[in-house]
Amino acid sequence: MTWSMAGLAAATLLASAVEFVEAFTIVLAMGLTRGWRSTLAGTASAIVLLCGVAAVSGYALISWFPKSLLQLIVGSLLLVFGLQWLRKAILRACGLKPMHDEEETFREETEAARRAGEERRAGLDWFAFVVSFKGVFLEGLEVIFIVITFGLNAHSMPVAIAGAGAGGAAVLTAGALLHRPLARVPENTIKFAVGLLLSTFGTFWSVEGLGVFKQGSASIEWPGGDAMVLGVLAAWGGISWAAIRLLAPLAPSRASRPAATITKEAA
Amino acid sequence: MRLLVSFARFWWDFIVGEDWTIAAGVVAVLAGGAGLVAGTALSDTAVSLLTGAGIFAVVAMSIVVGALREGREA
Repeated sequence: MTWSMAGLAAATLLASAVEFVEAFTIVLAMGLTRGWRSTLAGTASAIVLLCGVAAVSGYALISWFPKSLLQLIVGSLLLVFGLQWLRKAILRACGLKPMHDEEETFREETEAARRAGEERRAGLDWFAFVVSFKGVFLEGLEVIFIVITFGLNAHSMPVAIAGAGAGGAAVLTAGALLHRPLARVPENTIKFAVGLLLSTFGTFWSVEGLGVFKQGSASIEWPGGDAMVLGVLAAWGGISWAAIRLLAPLAPSRASRPAATITKEAA
Repeated sequence: MRLLVSFARFWWDFIVGEDWTIAAGVVAVLAGGAGLVAGTALSDTAVSLLTGAGIFAVVAMSIVVGALREGREA
């Protein structure tokens, strides 16, 4: 198994697990308070739309771009997207941003569902349908984005899809057994790991893709070839560690902050 | 038109997120790398190491400056 394959499987599995946890919380809150029929209809509609988005964008990217340009475009997107995850995880780790709290999200969603009025469209509870649709679509889009960008550049969509499927299956199994929000999943640690992997491969591939500006458009070769992925990973790990050490003293104490601010910022 | 703006804003928020300086820094460094590839005879090793180091430096700076700003505002 190559470094790209190992990174691909780990990134898609972890990213999928953490996004499924967030989507599961919303769906569970809607299902328990507004009923399962409309909630599951919203969830299923979002999944169908996600499959369509994945198929169309995947086909377009494969068909329209030469290899080095694909590496540059997809690598740059993956890098910028991955750095969002890494930045948030660093800020949470050093206390400048509150941790994501699934129990709190569940309470807020449940409360909103109880307060919302009754509006029926096409025989469905429209509030439950829309909230579960939006939740599953937005969280799922992040997984689809990672699966497509990573899978295309590592030349293995089946591994990417299998990784994401395994992460989702693990969360759904745990959720079905517990029947409550999965608050004990170490989301920040997982997001940190995924952010590191996405930033690493994004850096590696976007630089390789600069070869599109060479005569002949051959990809740029890193010294050491694919093994240099480990060097890039170590560099991102070192930068993250140094940033947390440097920024941790700036964090205000939790006790001095209003709870509403903490909840809002954690989203 | 409003639909188009909302669509563009959604993708901007989705990919770039809260701190646009990180994305801007990455794009600037990659543009510099493209300039090195197209306009000089530097080897692949030199281009990859220089561009990679540029990305690390710009991102590290953006994260620290952004966090310092948030820390002051908190």
